[in-house]
Order: sequence, then C-alpha cells, then structure tokens
Amino acid sequence: MTPLNDPLLDIRDLTVSYRTGGRALDALRGVSLRVARGQTYGLVGESGSGKSTLALAVMQYLPAEGAVTGGAITFDGRDLLAHSRADLRHLWGRELALVPQDPFTALNPALRIGEQLAEGLRLYEGLNEEEGNARAVDLLRTVRLPDPERAAGSYPHQLSGGQQQRVLIALALSGRPKLLVLDEPTTALDVTTEAAVLDLVAGLTRAAGASALYVTHNLGVVAGRTERVAVLYASELVEDAPTADLFRQPLHPYTRGLLDSLPRPGQRKDRQRLSGIEGRIPPLDALPPGCVFEPRCPLAVDRCRSERPALDEPVPGRHVRCHRWPEILAGDVSAARAPQAALPLPLATGESVLRLDDVTVQYPLRRTAVEALRGESKKAVHAVGGVSLSVNKGRTLGIVGESGSGKTSLARAIVGLVDRTGGDIDLLGLRLPPRLSDRGRAVLAQLQMVFQNPEEALNPYLTVGESLSRPLVTLLNLGRGEARQRAPDLLEAVRLPRTYAARRPAQLSGGEKQRVAIARAFAAHPDLLVADEPVSSLDVSVQANILNLLNDLQREHDSTTVFISHDIAVVAYLSDEVAVMYLGGLMETGPAAALFRPPHHPYTEALLSAIPVPDPAAIQSAIRLEGEVPSAVNVPSGCPFHTRCPRKIGAVCETETPPWQTGTDGKRIFCHIPLSELAAEQAGGGEKWEE
Amino acid sequence: MWPRVSSFLRRLFADFPSALGTTIMLVFLLLAVFGPLLAPYPYDLPIYEHPRQAPDATHWFGTDHLARDVFSRVLVGARSVLLLAGGGTLVAVALGTLVGLVSGYAGGWLDELLMRFFDSLLALPALLLALLLLGTLRATYGEDVSAVGKGLGVFLVLAVVYTPIVARVVRSVVLAVKTRSYVEAARLQGESLGWILFREILPAALPALAVEAALRFSYAIFLTSSLGYLGVGVQPPNPDWGLMVNEGRRNVSQVPWAMWFPAAAISVVVVGANLMAEGLKRALREE
Repeated sequence: MTPLNDPLLDIRDLTVSYRTGGRALDALRGVSLRVARGQTYGLVGESGSGKSTLALAVMQYLPAEGAVTGGAITFDGRDLLAHSRADLRHLWGRELALVPQDPFTALNPALRIGEQLAEGLRLYEGLNEEEGNARAVDLLRTVRLPDPERAAGSYPHQLSGGQQQRVLIALALSGRPKLLVLDEPTTALDVTTEAAVLDLVAGLTRAAGASALYVTHNLGVVAGRTERVAVLYASELVEDAPTADLFRQPLHPYTRGLLDSLPRPGQRKDRQRLSGIEGRIPPLDALPPGCVFEPRCPLAVDRCRSERPALDEPVPGRHVRCHRWPEILAGDVSAARAPQAALPLPLATGESVLRLDDVTVQYPLRRTAVEALRGESKKAVHAVGGVSLSVNKGRTLGIVGESGSGKTSLARAIVGLVDRTGGDIDLLGLRLPPRLSDRGRAVLAQLQMVFQNPEEALNPYLTVGESLSRPLVTLLNLGRGEARQRAPDLLEAVRLPRTYAARRPAQLSGGEKQRVAIARAFAAHPDLLVADEPVSSLDVSVQANILNLLNDLQREHDSTTVFISHDIAVVAYLSDEVAVMYLGGLMETGPAAALFRPPHHPYTEALLSAIPVPDPAAIQSAIRLEGEVPSAVNVPSGCPFHTRCPRKIGAVCETETPPWQTGTDGKRIFCHIPLSELAAEQAGGGEKWEE
Repeated sequence: MWPRVSSFLRRLFADFPSALGTTIMLVFLLLAVFGPLLAPYPYDLPIYEHPRQAPDATHWFGTDHLARDVFSRVLVGARSVLLLAGGGTLVAVALGTLVGLVSGYAGGWLDELLMRFFDSLLALPALLLALLLLGTLRATYGEDVSAVGKGLGVFLVLAVVYTPIVARVVRSVVLAVKTRSYVEAARLQGESLGWILFREILPAALPALAVEAALRFSYAIFLTSSLGYLGVGVQPPNPDWGLMVNEGRRNVSQVPWAMWFPAAAISVVVVGANLMAEGLKRALREE
C-alpha cells in the first residue's frame, strides 16, 4: 500500500462556484479526497452532482464563469491553484492528462491522427519530425489500434468512435503523465467497445505506474477497476471508501440507493421489483438547509432537515457524510428497502399480438453520376435483414443490440415511422400496412411508442395537460374539454401530481418528462407498446422507477411490450423473451430466464461478459470483441458475425448461412457450432449469474 | 389566454433593447394610423412663406426644395412605409412560412421542385427581379398605371422576392424539428397535417421567423425606395421615406435636412424592428 501521507493528488475542502445571472452557485462544496501514487480512484455521481466540475478543477480547465472559491488542490507536493498559466503548460500532458468524454469533438478534424500525436511528442520530448511520427505509431500500437500505420495517416472522421477514444487515450498517455483524469471516457461507446477500452486503460495505467481518476455515472464501471470510490451528490462528497467496502456495505443511504437501482444479472421482474430513489436531485440554487440528500432519503429524521452532517470517519480510511452512520454501521437501520415481491405475471393466453415475418428495412443510398453511368446497381443500407419474431399477449419481448444492430429501425418499422422494405407485420392477426398514412385511427390506437430522449419527447410549446389530452381527442374521439379534464387522471396513473397538467416540459426533470411520455403512450390503451431505449438517457436512480412503472402499467392495461435496449441486464430483468440482434439480423432468441445460461451465441456471450457488474467480487469471463462492426451496406456473407467472432470455426462461417439450432430450454441460436459444444465451452461461466 | 399574453409582454419588455425596439415599433404603428391627422401642414402643398427653411420652431424638420413641410411629410409617409414595406413583408412571411413548412415536412420530389424553383428566383438580384416583374406588369396593364396600381405592383414584387428567402429559413427549422420525438409521437397519434405543421412544428420556427421578418422589413423599405428612385415604384409627390431620401439627395446642397429626417426615420424604424425581433426571439424561446 502506498503511504497516504504523500498523496499524488490532495484535494482539501474544495469549493467551486459558477457565476450565472449575477449569482454565484456552488457546484462543489467542501470536497476533500486524496489519490495515492499508482492508485486508481473512482468518482461516481449522477448528472448535476458536480463530478465533471471536479475533474475540470483538477485539470485547471474550469470555464471562465467558474472559479475555485475555497480549499486547496495539491498535486505532487505543489499547490496547483497557485500555478500560472505558463506553469500549467508544463504540467498538462507531462504530469496531468485528461481523457475527455466525447471523442467526436475532442480530436481536431483537420489534422491527421499521427500529426496530432506527434505534435505533443515533439513538444514534450524534443523529438524531431521523424522520431515523433515513429513514436506516434508506437503509441497507437500500444492502445491496440488495428493497423497503426494506416490509423496515423487517417483523419478522425475515418475512425469509429471506439477507435477515436483509443486515440485520445494514446494522446493522454503520450506525455507519460503521473495522473490520468478520465471524464466519462466510455459513455459515448457501445457496451462491448466500452469494456475493451476500460480494460486497456486499466492495463496501461498499471504498466506505467500512473494514477487514474475515473469520473463516471456508472457504478459498474468502477467496481472492478478501482481501488477507492468517492460518491458525489448535489455538489457534496457523501461517501468515500475502498471499493470492496463500499460495495459490500455502503454507509450512506444514497450509495445504497444507487446500488439497489441497478438490476443485477439474474434478477427478474417476476421475482423482485427494482428499488429506485424517489424524487430528484435538488437544483443548485435550492439546496436543502440540512443534509442535501434528506428530501429523498428513506432514513431521514428531524435532525437531517436542520443540520448539515459533517464528513465523518467511522472506520479508518472510510468517510461518510450522514447523521445516521453509527446505526447503519451497526446494522440497526438500513436504507435498503425490503425486497418487494413482484405481483405474479398474468397467465399467458398464447394469443399472438405481434408477428413479424421476414421483415427487412433498407435505406437506399444515392448513386453518384459516375456510378449511374457505369450501370452500377443502387446500393442500400441493410438496417434490418429478414427478422421473424412473435410476441404473445401480456408478454414483453426484449430486443438487445449495440448501435448499428438495426434494433431501432425494426422498432420504427413496427410502429410505421419507417416504411419496411419487405416482409409482413401482423398486429392482432391483421396485416399492418407499411406506411403510417395507410393505417387507420383504430390501428394507431392499438400501437404506441415511447422514445429514447425524454428531452424531445414532449412539445415544449404545449403544457403537459395539452400534450396528454391530444391522444384522447384524436384516438378516443373525446371532446377537447373532456380530454383536458381527463389529463390529470393520466398523470396520476404514472405517479405524478395532478397539478403538473399546467406545467410546461421545461419545468420537469428528465425522468418526469419520460413519465409524461409514457402516460401519453398509454392514454388510448394500446395493445402493443414499443419502448425504444426508454431509460438509457436517464440517471440510474431514476431508471429503476421508470422500469417499475412500465412493468406496472403493462399489467394494469394487460398490454404487450416490445422493449429495446443496448443494456442486456435491463432487458433480461424486464423481458419474458429476449432477441439478440447484430448487424440487422437475429443471433439468438429465447426465454429471458435462460439468457444467462449457456449455450450462448458467441455474440451474446461477448455482450454478457461486457456488462459492468456493480460487484467487485463478480468473476466475469473476459471476452472482448476485436475489430469494428462491418458496414451495413456490405453485410458479410455467411454468418454476419464471422469478422469478429472469437469462436469462429473456419471457412464455413464465411460462406454458409448458419442454421437456427433449437435448444432444450426454448433457446434458438444462429450458429454453426453445435449447441452441445457451445454449452461445454461456455460452462462454468453460467452459475455465477444465478442469485 | 390572457395570462400567457401578459407574461409574453412582460418578457418582451424585460430588457432595455427589446423594450426600446418594441416602443419604437408601437409609435411607428400609431403614426401610420394617425399620421395624416397629426400633420400640421398638408404634405403635398408648398408653403410659399418658408421656402427651403432650415429646421426651426414652426417647421421642426424644415421645408424641402419645393417648400413642403418635411415633418408633415414624414408623418404622413409612415403609412406608406407600413402598407408597402410592412404589408409586402407580411405577405412574404405568410407565404414563405406556409411553403417552407409544407416543403420541409413533405420532403422528396415536392421539396426538391420547390427549392430548385426558389434557387432560380434567388439567382437574380432582388432589384433586377423587381424591375423585371414591374416591367411585365406595365406591359400587361399599360403605361397608365394609377398610383394604387403601382403600390400593388410593389406589394407583389416584395412578396415574390422575399417568399423564397423566408421559406428557406422556415424549411431549415422544419428539417431539424420534424425528426424530434414529439413530432413523431404526434404522427403516431393520428394528428392531422395541419396540427402537426402549425402546433407541433411552427412554434419552434417562430424565433428564427421573427428575426427574418424584421430583416426582410428593413430590406423592403430600401427596395421600395430604390424602385421609387428608378421611377417604377411609388411616384412623387407620395411622401414615401425612401423616395424623400432620393429627392433630398438631389438637393442636398440646398436643403440637406430634407434628406436627413426621412433617412433618420428609416434608420430608427429599421433599428427598432431589429431590436424588437431580438426580444421576440428570446420571449418566444422562453415560452
């Protein structure tokens, strides 16, 4: 253990304020933490917690309207706040480096990758042009970019998001910094890419003996990769502990709430409800006078309302800001909710609500004049290539896949926002016309959708009540007056106050907006609800409540759901049936209960192994996909996954379309490898998921 | 309805520039309506006792080379500016909004057709296009077009010249907004085309539209006066501000004030329109 009396980074009582509209608002209040040499530190918080402000303050990258108004930051024995801009230029890159959140805006689009890397190397190490370029290629090799020479000669837009993020890591490591600050380094990436990038960073920092500060909203990301974790909430540090201790016994009710909000692999909706945290994070200009978490805390007592708790040290090396930690530590009280047993599922009648038969969606590409003259045929993006599925009444079908898998195109083809190019879709036994304009009101009423981004789900120029009354007018033929009167009832059904009807969307939080969008979708009692990533842009504490709500409403309305997500843990929790998509095609279908048991399709196996599990003790098989998702314009022949499959058996995968193999538990797998063989190779990985 | 209007007005008057701009435009509107009643002298008759009089207590803005009271002419001219430039802009904004909404929302060949047609109109300089149109009108209706007829001609020219520009602005907003979830949700709820265009999409275009309208109005004042100068628009003795500037320009050595005051009036109204547009943009956004 590195001695903590000589930390690399020592933040003491740091307060950072932003001036907006003539007022100063504290984005950080009295935050202290110490990062030892060679240590990896996790910094977890939801949006609005101040975690990015802390990262920027450490880097001295605060915007003009932000300023450190109290406390001290000591880096490697030097006062960081006293440094002039000229001194900082020597620190940046060589001692302190940042891996920013969004790779798409962090690289200069007009410079080749190699030049962007070599520029810094020439400055840091005085290399000449040739040496710099050679080192740049070396660095790209270190971050395991395929074909580093070619990557060095490419422009950023020629690389995928995952590759760009690797370049940024190479850039950050190029000056051999002592501290690497990673601000949500993988939020913009796909699950399997995220896992690979995180592994890479962990390996590289360990090899270089550098410290790392991981800033993230995802507890699962820090669980297996950091030594200590600090939790921020509403601009305060509420808990700080060694990772294993924090996950084993969180002392702050907020940390407990965060942990309980995530569906654990193996947890299912029919066995246990998720427990989210009620309420929303307080705005900076209206912080509660006592404990900042008091309004949402299940353990709040009178003292919490009036008196701000101090940051105590209950156990050496652990810090918590809570009045009630002695009782929590002793086990007298717990913020964990008694596990609420879910209501039993309605009996499946076996009546098929939705049936897809060989559905294809293609987006035609324009030919250039030259291509047309040469007589080349028109090309198209094959977003969905021949998907057949069926969902029974009252059931939930989960569709999981990464970006580019075609899952959203499939959802949009079902509801009619995209015209399908081929195949049939039957709803309640009736053929759905491809075009939305050919579907009558009666059909529209049967089929509704919840969208991904709550920020654009509601018309900002209408009140919530007006938005909610519209489907009643158009789909249920109610008069406008009557529809207005019914709107508050719809709000009540999604557990929102009736008075919200008079509000505008701008006055609602993201989670509340999504609730209103769900209320609108259920207003006309649809038979089928298509939910496209409904929780992926929400904070984890809110996610759980929305998932519970979707589940409850489905039961109340006896409706059927198609639930689309990139998050296989969420899909497994909420669905009865799961379909895994890759590059426009299905790879595996089967009951959700069997999802975590082998045999798996090799792609499903990779998805499962990439889940960020919020448990440092979890042992996951480390299957990481190499390469990039191929273009959907030229889908690979044979098995579309063969270009990246870690279990590829040979030429047969490239030439022959794999067979659909049916397993004993109702699983169907699209693969050349016999199921028994898959099961045998994947065995030993299955039991760990079970509760 | 009323609380919404009053809160809108409060936002419009919340900061000084937009309050100033809005006040200027309100005063301008009042002048356009009551100007002829307030004018102390007839706008088109010479005052023989005070030819080429510099501004003083009786003639605040002085008298011009034909001994007409400039202050009265400016007051009376407000109506002409509002009717021609303002009215023409209004028609262009209304038409452009409609075409932009439909073209952007429908997309496909209709969008392609309309936009290429507008491109061809925009390829010609505004003044040239205006001359072309007025020439055609004159050829059709003969040389002897009454003053009203000429006014209508200018009106038509402004609509034709500015509709494509407004349509493009609206269309660009429509393209950005039509893929938002709330518009798609409205389609899935079976909302009518009218509701989707005017209630779901149009509000998002209003801020950009307000700025564009103010800009078009400014240019319309200049275009009207240019046409007058070239002898194809409004004709003397009409007290159109642009026309007065051009007349004053010819006699600038003797009666410079005859040019100053209408020019200042144009500047004040143009600045006022733009300040108000900025305020409108913000007030509409905050809704």
